[in-house]
Amino acid sequence: MQQFDNIIIGGGHNGLICATLLAKSGQTVLLVEGGELGGLASTREFHPGFKVSVAHSLSHFSEDVIEQLSLIKHGFKPDGASLNTVGLGLDGNHVVVTDDGVDGVSASDQDSYAQYLKVLKRFAKVLKPFWMKTMPRIGDNSLPNMMTFGQLGLKLRLLGKKDMGEFMRVATLPARDLMDENFDNELLKSILSWDGLIGSKMAPRSPNATVLNMLYRMSGRKDGAHTLPQGGICNLIDALHKSALAAGVEIKTGVAVSKIVIDKDSHGQRASGVQLQDGTVINASRVVSSVDPKQTFLELVGARNLEIGFTNRINRLRSDGYVAKLHLALNGLPKFTGLDVCDGRMIIAPTMDSIEFAFDDAKYGNFSEAPVMEIILPSVHDSAMAPSGQHVLSAHVMYVPHTLKGGWTQQAKESLYQRLIDLLSTYAPGIEQQILHGELLTPDDLEKSYRLNGGHWHHTELSMDQMLMMRPTYEVAQYSTPIPGLFLCGAGSHPGGGLMGGPGHNAAKEILRSVK
Amino acid sequence: MNKPMQVVDPYAGERLKLSPFHERQAALNLRDAWSSWNGYKFADYYYDEEYEYFCVRNSCATYDICPMQKYIISGPDAEAMLDRMVTRDVSKLKQDRVTYVCWCTDEGRLIDDGTIFKLAEDRFLLTCGSPSLAWLRKSAFGYDALTIEDVSDTLAALSFQGPTTCEVLKKMGLDGIENLKPFSIAHFPLAGSNDSPLMVSRTGFTGDLGYELWIAPELALTLWDALYAAGEDYGIQPYGEAATNMARLEAGFIMPGMEFNEALKTIHFEYDQTPFELSLDWLVDFKKPHFNGREALLKAQRKGFNYTLVKLDIDGNKPAEESLLYADRNCEKEIGYVTSAMWSPVVKANIALAMVHSKALKGDIWAEIYYSKELRHHSKIARCVVKKAPFWSPARARVTPPAAF
Repeated sequence: MQQFDNIIIGGGHNGLICATLLAKSGQTVLLVEGGELGGLASTREFHPGFKVSVAHSLSHFSEDVIEQLSLIKHGFKPDGASLNTVGLGLDGNHVVVTDDGVDGVSASDQDSYAQYLKVLKRFAKVLKPFWMKTMPRIGDNSLPNMMTFGQLGLKLRLLGKKDMGEFMRVATLPARDLMDENFDNELLKSILSWDGLIGSKMAPRSPNATVLNMLYRMSGRKDGAHTLPQGGICNLIDALHKSALAAGVEIKTGVAVSKIVIDKDSHGQRASGVQLQDGTVINASRVVSSVDPKQTFLELVGARNLEIGFTNRINRLRSDGYVAKLHLALNGLPKFTGLDVCDGRMIIAPTMDSIEFAFDDAKYGNFSEAPVMEIILPSVHDSAMAPSGQHVLSAHVMYVPHTLKGGWTQQAKESLYQRLIDLLSTYAPGIEQQILHGELLTPDDLEKSYRLNGGHWHHTELSMDQMLMMRPTYEVAQYSTPIPGLFLCGAGSHPGGGLMGGPGHNAAKEILRSVK
Repeated sequence: MNKPMQVVDPYAGERLKLSPFHERQAALNLRDAWSSWNGYKFADYYYDEEYEYFCVRNSCATYDICPMQKYIISGPDAEAMLDRMVTRDVSKLKQDRVTYVCWCTDEGRLIDDGTIFKLAEDRFLLTCGSPSLAWLRKSAFGYDALTIEDVSDTLAALSFQGPTTCEVLKKMGLDGIENLKPFSIAHFPLAGSNDSPLMVSRTGFTGDLGYELWIAPELALTLWDALYAAGEDYGIQPYGEAATNMARLEAGFIMPGMEFNEALKTIHFEYDQTPFELSLDWLVDFKKPHFNGREALLKAQRKGFNYTLVKLDIDGNKPAEESLLYADRNCEKEIGYVTSAMWSPVVKANIALAMVHSKALKGDIWAEIYYSKELRHHSKIARCVVKKAPFWSPARARVTPPAAF
């Protein structure tokens, strides 16, 4: 039987990146994916001729990864469309954030925005190198570990006394406080805090990591501004696929891994391969899982092969998703009141309170009376996404609980769907009549369709207690695990989720270091 | 019409629970010397601790272990779950046998020690000194085919210890009890019953011949009366915590709160212990591919450990209670501390258990002993000698059948 150096479980972008980097350094790599390559970023036809992907824009995909995987050579065209962020006003008075500034607000807010962006960019620059590095292990006082701590300390110190203090102050500040300090315009506050909140179980008043999340996303090539590559999200996944094949990665899709095989003898335990759903066992020196930590440890490895305190800690990881996905096939371009073109990223969240209230409903197990959402029309940028003259609407809806009180019945889903259509209709009158087909994916649906515990975008909450050297939890924050031969490379590891690539990249480096 | 006045005890929830044996024990507790253990009213001693100790060593005596924590773990996954939790190989345990075990945190620090009784292929009784349900539940996460039942209050138990215990049990009508081997379990009828409600294990905490008697609480007093009737001519006597502590120290058994600080209750860094530090290496079975704390314990073993628990024979007759230990007579280099100490009447020696810096074990050991004589305090420096074997380990504890009396 064939023996691989590495088996990567899961063909999302992190799995692909890790596989490619390992293969490029001469290792044999098999990647096994239960569904389609790309995970949440995979593109599929949800209605004849209409294509969508759950992830619908790029904001912080790693430049290092683009370079190391020669993604441009493999067809990646990152310079597609720049997506302005548009805060939709019911009256048609929108607030628009572009690469150059912000429109639709007072001169004073415009000035504040310039100042605010300058400070945040400085902070983001401090953190940027650390997203692409293995975090120090708590209790390990080795030189490289101490160097990483030292570098972070030095970077912060070099901000100067005042800014360093300011950084420490705002890093865990609720988004609400940061916005209230800087701006008057409610809509502007909402859309600027949006990127710190989306994907998490946090709202503007939650103290924790919303500002850090914003800084994390600002590590991207355009300081976190959202873009679409030419050819849409599938352009990125295609390039990653080609790069993997070119590096010699063997890829198996449509077959899920049912368990990680653990060899046991008097020398202890070791991951020795994977068992597929059809019962086939494939051996490898290392198994690298891009699957979320809960599934990796509790289902694929099994609690009984792990330590008691550790498994209970994994079980308590917060990984319930709060973002639903709405896909609409439209027979024409919708008309949003007051917008000539709808080529941006449109956000329906009129005030910070509207976000907070939507969250309040969700945290008690309900979906909101007045949900908030982010909308783009990918077909405006790439005609291949819909039949000619027709369009696709793709929307992230917050906050929609993974576990709904009373369960996600057909009736509950229909009721939320109708609520969303009604809400959209207030901003784009007549859109309901344009709908050829609609699809709503709750976090519960995402969990089932994408083998994703809790349906959480980031596999596990990106919050202070689960970030940096605590991601997903201490002892496994450096990609290695308590089981020799088993590594993590998914969004549940540092730096985290979103289409970024840090975990896959860092894990590969760590694995290569361990086999030297 | 006058209603009878309702008397409400404002401290009802705080009162100590009474053991199923309490009625008989209270009648014999001449000194009313009560303390508590796990929420039960519990005798420190009944009449005189030394008298009770001599009953244990020379005849027979009973010790109420109802307050001990007891859990039934049953189901197809029970063995696997326990095997992963404790450091010893539970799969080797045969039915109707008992084994002494300990269990550790992920970091290899000792949580508690106790005994596992294999009652059937898929049914185990775990006993230990402190409430452990939370840890058991954590340990059972990932094992679906098992149940954990806390039987601490629903299974009464009496430890019956001393050289004449087998004889008394024979007189009580326990047919074939003399054939019960150490760490074995058997079931017997009680007071002429047709069924066998009495479980007997040849176990104990005194290092001597002895048994533990397990019974439903409603039959506790029936058991007591039958046992005390049979033991009358042998001077059967209840003993309390004080005599237990003497007997277990002579046997070299460790106590939580004395020799070790339970890891889950330890706040200061590494003020808890690994099994190695407590000289429990023999309980750690690295041939098992996996058990909780295995990796940490392997590391600890490779690295070596700061302290080692040793048995000390100390010059003179002043118990070295709470003494610090030194490498030199001038007490300049501190190398450890005494955890338990006593004058042993049966061994006729001044004995102690102590934690000593592993590196200092080869050199001299001196104890700085403080004692008082008619209200005047004195101190002395006494030489200590490390003993390998238990201070008290008579052959009669292991012989089957035990001698008749």
